[in-house]
Amino acid sequence: MIVHPAPQPTDRKAWMGLLARAKPAHLATLFPQLPPHDFLRAPEIGAVMVRGRIGGTGQPFNLGEMTVTRCALRLGSGTVGHGHVQGRDKAHATRAAVLDALLQTDQAAALQISVLQPLAEGEAQRRATRAAKAAATRVEFFTLVRGEDQ
Amino acid sequence: MYVAVKGGERAIDNAHAWLAEERRGDTTVSELSVAQIREQLALAVNRVMAEGSLYDPDLAALAIKQARGDLIEAIFLIRAYRTTLPRLGASLPVKTEEMAVIRRVSATFKDLPGGQILGPTFDYTHRLLDFKLAAEGEVPAAPTAPASTAPVPHVTEFLNREGMIETEPTGDAQPADLTREPMELPANRALRLQAITRGDEGFILSMAYSTQRGYGRTHAFVGELRIGTVAVEMDIPELGFAVEIGEIELTECETVNQFKGSKTVAPQFTRGYGLVFGQTERKAIAMSLVDRSLRWAELGEDYTGAPAQDEEFVLMHADNVQATGFLEHIKLPHYVDFQSELELVRRLRAEVFATQEAAE
Repeated sequence: MIVHPAPQPTDRKAWMGLLARAKPAHLATLFPQLPPHDFLRAPEIGAVMVRGRIGGTGQPFNLGEMTVTRCALRLGSGTVGHGHVQGRDKAHATRAAVLDALLQTDQAAALQISVLQPLAEGEAQRRATRAAKAAATRVEFFTLVRGEDQ
Repeated sequence: MYVAVKGGERAIDNAHAWLAEERRGDTTVSELSVAQIREQLALAVNRVMAEGSLYDPDLAALAIKQARGDLIEAIFLIRAYRTTLPRLGASLPVKTEEMAVIRRVSATFKDLPGGQILGPTFDYTHRLLDFKLAAEGEVPAAPTAPASTAPVPHVTEFLNREGMIETEPTGDAQPADLTREPMELPANRALRLQAITRGDEGFILSMAYSTQRGYGRTHAFVGELRIGTVAVEMDIPELGFAVEIGEIELTECETVNQFKGSKTVAPQFTRGYGLVFGQTERKAIAMSLVDRSLRWAELGEDYTGAPAQDEEFVLMHADNVQATGFLEHIKLPHYVDFQSELELVRRLRAEVFATQEAAE
């Protein structure tokens, strides 16, 4: 039996973030069929208090809440997955948790290609488009030469 | 004597049925979808999220539809909904210095790292009604330009290097939360910022404007105004590390205000801070002026009795859900209260007439 190295927290952190930020419909297209799983914590909609820092750098303060859906589940193989996603979509949280579990198994390499890569590319594309539109509104200052300076 | 009165159920049911019909309006005009409100009335959605104090564009759009466009009613609906949600935790403080900016302007420095980015702004428009919008038509795609990947640092950080501006005390103290504990005065700055960021835009705007007109002077420069998305990270105890749970759009404003110094501090600039959900720049600028104005005691400035310096006045009147609840309740039946007033005034009049008759 091949022993898979446990995923690094940094890798897991990265894919959980990517799954949370994914558009639920896009994720469902990329990974439509969920394998059998048992909920350790059924999908639950709640609120997370978002904090900022005073002056951007100082002490924390409470800015306001956002909706978040979370769930935890176990696959038939015993692997446990967690999902914490923005919004109120229970299917999104479940799908994220299933993928979190599967990405810790020998299916990781295949899922990297079929799910994570398209998600990352879609996100990068979306971000690049907004950044490019913002860049087009960047002000280029030029100084007019005045008569008395010549 | 208190007499219980029943009745009005039928009238109420029929009123609600008519409300639903009026909400729909002329049925020959196509119905608005929640997605249309979310996408095309985004600034109204942002205001409802900011003052409803819950970031969820779909819910805010639904609330606007249900409230027939009455934004305070929509904010009320969001506040009521959020009380039904279990609190799953608090995020790590968002890193606004890492914001993916779509707008970033400074009124204090022309040339600054990251540049002046106007973004999708109403500024420099002529404020002439655009009748082309009354007709349906395709919108051409906005131009693009190569984007820089260089960081976009906070403007106040440049002033910091020279010691020209105060530094914010750092730390990770748990901030008080007015949604959990009733607000107690005097409030610290963290609690004030929470109250102002969810406060009514009109009220905060007027308070800020009053300081500009001389009621508690804050001669503020917009050091920086930025709008963009930030990641929201939360510690997940089961995992033992923090993960990103999503992304939100924020508007941040930092004002730079003159400070003549005190016995212990050399003259330097001081700061006012605004941070608001969504694309909400009027509110963020106003918030930073009101924040700075309320700091008079901490900075050893004079209290001139200006409303915007009065913490209790500002914080206890900023919330439009509280204000509208108290204001509008006076239209509901007060028959018994009024009956006693009526009796009292009748008796007083009778006494006056009796005295007059006796004098004659």
